[in-house]
Amino acid sequence: MILEALIAFTFASALVVLLAPNEWAGRLAFALSLVPFVGSLYLWSQFEAGGNALTGGTIAFETRIEWLEVGGRSVSWFVGLDGISLPLVVLTTFLVPLAIVSAWTPIDTRQSQFYGLMLFMQANLIGVFTALDFFLWFVFWEAVLVPMYFLIGIWGGPRRKYAAIKFFVYTNAASLVMFIGFMALVFGLGDSVSSFALPEITQAIAAGELGSWFGIAPGTLAMIAFLAMFFGFAVKVPVVPVHTWLPDAHVEAPTPVSVMLAGVLLKMGTYALLRFNFTMLPEQASALAVPIAVIAVISVIYGAMLALAQQDLKRIVAYSSVSSMGYVILGLVVFTEYGVGGATFQMVAHGLISGLMFMAVGVVYNATHTRMVGDMAGMADRMPVAVGILVAGAFAYMGLPLMAGFAGEFFIFVGAFGADAALPYAPVFTALAMFGIVIVAGYLLSAMQKTLFGPFRLETDYEVGRAPVHDVAPLAVLLAAIIVLGVAPDLFFEMIRDAVGPVVEGVTVDG
Amino acid sequence: MVEQLPEWAALAPALTLAFTGLALLLVDTIRPEARSNTSMAVTSALGALASLGFTVWFVVAGTGHADTGGAIYLFADAIKVDTMALFFTAIFASVTALVVVAAHDYFHDHESPAEFYSLVMFAATGMSLLAVANSLAIVFVALEMASLPSYALVAFLKRDRGSVEAGLKYFLVGAVSSAIFVFGISLVYAATGSLILGDVAEGIANLDGLTGVAGLGIVMMIGGVAFKTASVPFHFWAPEAYEGAPAPVSAFLSSASKAAGFVVAFRVFTEAFPVGASLSAGIDWVLAFGILAVVTMTLGNFAAVVQPNVKRMLAYSSVGHAGYALIGLAALSAGSAGNSSVMGAAMAHLLVYGFMNTGAFLFVAMAERWGVGRTFEDYAGLAKRAPIACTAMAVFMFSLAGLPPFAGFFSKYFLFMGAIDNGFVWLAAIGAINSVISLYYYSRVVKAMFLDDPSTPTALDTLDVKPTALYAAVVFAAVGTVLLLPGFGPVIETAEAAASALF
Repeated sequence: MILEALIAFTFASALVVLLAPNEWAGRLAFALSLVPFVGSLYLWSQFEAGGNALTGGTIAFETRIEWLEVGGRSVSWFVGLDGISLPLVVLTTFLVPLAIVSAWTPIDTRQSQFYGLMLFMQANLIGVFTALDFFLWFVFWEAVLVPMYFLIGIWGGPRRKYAAIKFFVYTNAASLVMFIGFMALVFGLGDSVSSFALPEITQAIAAGELGSWFGIAPGTLAMIAFLAMFFGFAVKVPVVPVHTWLPDAHVEAPTPVSVMLAGVLLKMGTYALLRFNFTMLPEQASALAVPIAVIAVISVIYGAMLALAQQDLKRIVAYSSVSSMGYVILGLVVFTEYGVGGATFQMVAHGLISGLMFMAVGVVYNATHTRMVGDMAGMADRMPVAVGILVAGAFAYMGLPLMAGFAGEFFIFVGAFGADAALPYAPVFTALAMFGIVIVAGYLLSAMQKTLFGPFRLETDYEVGRAPVHDVAPLAVLLAAIIVLGVAPDLFFEMIRDAVGPVVEGVTVDG
Repeated sequence: MVEQLPEWAALAPALTLAFTGLALLLVDTIRPEARSNTSMAVTSALGALASLGFTVWFVVAGTGHADTGGAIYLFADAIKVDTMALFFTAIFASVTALVVVAAHDYFHDHESPAEFYSLVMFAATGMSLLAVANSLAIVFVALEMASLPSYALVAFLKRDRGSVEAGLKYFLVGAVSSAIFVFGISLVYAATGSLILGDVAEGIANLDGLTGVAGLGIVMMIGGVAFKTASVPFHFWAPEAYEGAPAPVSAFLSSASKAAGFVVAFRVFTEAFPVGASLSAGIDWVLAFGILAVVTMTLGNFAAVVQPNVKRMLAYSSVGHAGYALIGLAALSAGSAGNSSVMGAAMAHLLVYGFMNTGAFLFVAMAERWGVGRTFEDYAGLAKRAPIACTAMAVFMFSLAGLPPFAGFFSKYFLFMGAIDNGFVWLAAIGAINSVISLYYYSRVVKAMFLDDPSTPTALDTLDVKPTALYAAVVFAAVGTVLLLPGFGPVIETAEAAASALF
């Protein structure tokens, strides 16, 4: 029952904060958001699961209550955790309190609504990562979009309306395509499944129950479903060429919203890719391995090149997210324990690192009211601590050993390099993707050198002093978490490996 | 406990509505000085809620359900109380309760509000009679009984030219379509020799060379249904009437009155003209409804896209939703086991629609009460001054569009899945495409309220009015729309059970 309690508590706190007065809504939201975090730590400490939730492993904290019935298939409240979802739940509950603290400075209107929406989004995010019934999952998945739309549209920058609507339209259209793809699978399974529970559907597909539907042969049907779902999730991740909503959303969104967007919302896409495309339809995934790997490598390189061309610090970090997500896709497609496991680990690591980067850029912006590379120089003189952490975060992004980013990327490269079995020319793809790190180092170092070091200079008329403690504290906490995960990746990697094992074994590589 | 009651007690929901209306008139006549807007509104709301209470009680107790002795027939089979009748009466009663509560604030300075409340109650009585009608004669009488008060309600603001014009237009189209409908009934009677639905079905099975007469009659009856449900080709009145009428009346007409049209259509076409018998007689009304459904939803949606006026947009969206609900008839096939799920889904959609659409029109009523304009631009920035009401409106809009966190998603999903299961993929596909288009104009309202800034800084100063009852009705409808998502199980089960009794 603890998962229900967690979700219900977060919903309830969202309501309480919505009705609280603006003056202390931020404090209240922070205090309330610590409860789910403590709850998720408790989940972690009590976690005992084996294998993958979808392929028949033991599910931790499982609850299943029948909700209703559609055309002979039952829909239930079905939640639970395995080694893939637990790290993401911990990531979500860890980032939200920090994002709330980072909102104290920049958010100065309609605070109670802002923090209420943040908590509402958190409740739905926990739901996305714990739901094991397709309908329940889809309800949470879509319910994340609504608060995000308002968070960007109300508190965003000058072009916030455009960005909010673009975000909403892109992700909604993608969801519809994905939904149709999944439904095609369910219709293809026909009477062999009696519910929308993801484990049951996965196992039925693995058992070869997929039949033809409306004259479409099972193989073709599975391929159509795979493509539709891949497209749907690829928009969310996002990969090139459907990434264009992301920079707009990030640039216009206020800092704490960017943190959530990069830290958790993008992981919804990769998490769903792993769960649906790569766990349910591994044959189609390995048949399409080369095109998917091409997309992944293009995302890595092209995303990094775009970041290289930007002047806006936030845009730089946004495009480099596209690049980092490319690694995750590459890790997934190779179907090795280290590849898929590393991709899952990278989701958490990138969540922390990109969260840190957006927050740090936000702290600089709070003081200078500009994010343009050419508008400032020598910030290290004025805000040494914040800038120090920003530099550390940038090194984490570049994959400095003993930080979480290194662990994630290293696992992926190890897993991908020797994976010729699942992915032809795997070493070539891996080598090309590794080249992305060089570009990352290039743009991050050059941007930092221009803005942070040298003599102090600022184009805007703001007095820049040390950043307030509550701005810097979340940065320090995030950096600590990144280092802890970098030094001891087994904190998560062990359970991840346990959960991705069955996914990898499920693939009988056919050449 | 229900078994111990006399059989006519099964009509309690309709009788409660009728007596409430009469009581209101009585008080208004004998003690005109004692009437007050508040007491009238409270009385009619209590009457509607009592009626709702009866229907819920009967549904739970299984009145008219096959498990407890089957449908209850009264007055020489002219009346038939079954689960479907109770289900639809629940829709009428809920919408009526919401509308009369909202009307309390809307007509706060009207000189004779009593007429409004009694007219609403009488129209609701007519609708609940439509739900139990088992004879074509009763169908026609009840249809008129529901329509006549509606004409008066549309023209209720008699000094407002828009309201009067809308009333006249509604009346003229209504009169023509009633005439066509009753002519259709007479042709069907001529061909089959009976007005009782079950006997008509037998007549359809042995038409004896009168196929043309019966077919023409059925086509004309489709026309009558199209008028009442605001479907193509008799939808012209809807945008005018909904826009010109006082907003609570628009809410009432577009939710309850539309559902009343559907209960007639569902009952008459499945019981009097069974799919199999009609097809073998060469009368393919399923195809006719299929074409109507596609044209109606497409026309409604495309027309809604270009409206600058929120109320008119909602009117066209209401036409579009009639198209979705028509799938309940258009996706039937002879002897298919999926018939009851697709019709049940259409019924459940009408119930959900009853909450979300009524709520949306009541929000428009609130905007009119505040004195802000009617266009999208006039709604700009409303959320800053009225966050709770605007949140409720956002819930209605997202739910009407069929976004997953709200009840509208499930009802549409069940409807489209039912159509696919019954082999009508094209209907579901066109419905899904229309749903996507609808997101555009529904989200425009949300965008205006939450993201846009008011055109002038003083534009929202008129919002100082606090219409408490209207607020309560809007919030209640929103809570209903949200709670119908987790509570959708019992609703769809009841609806499917009700529909399965028809086949």
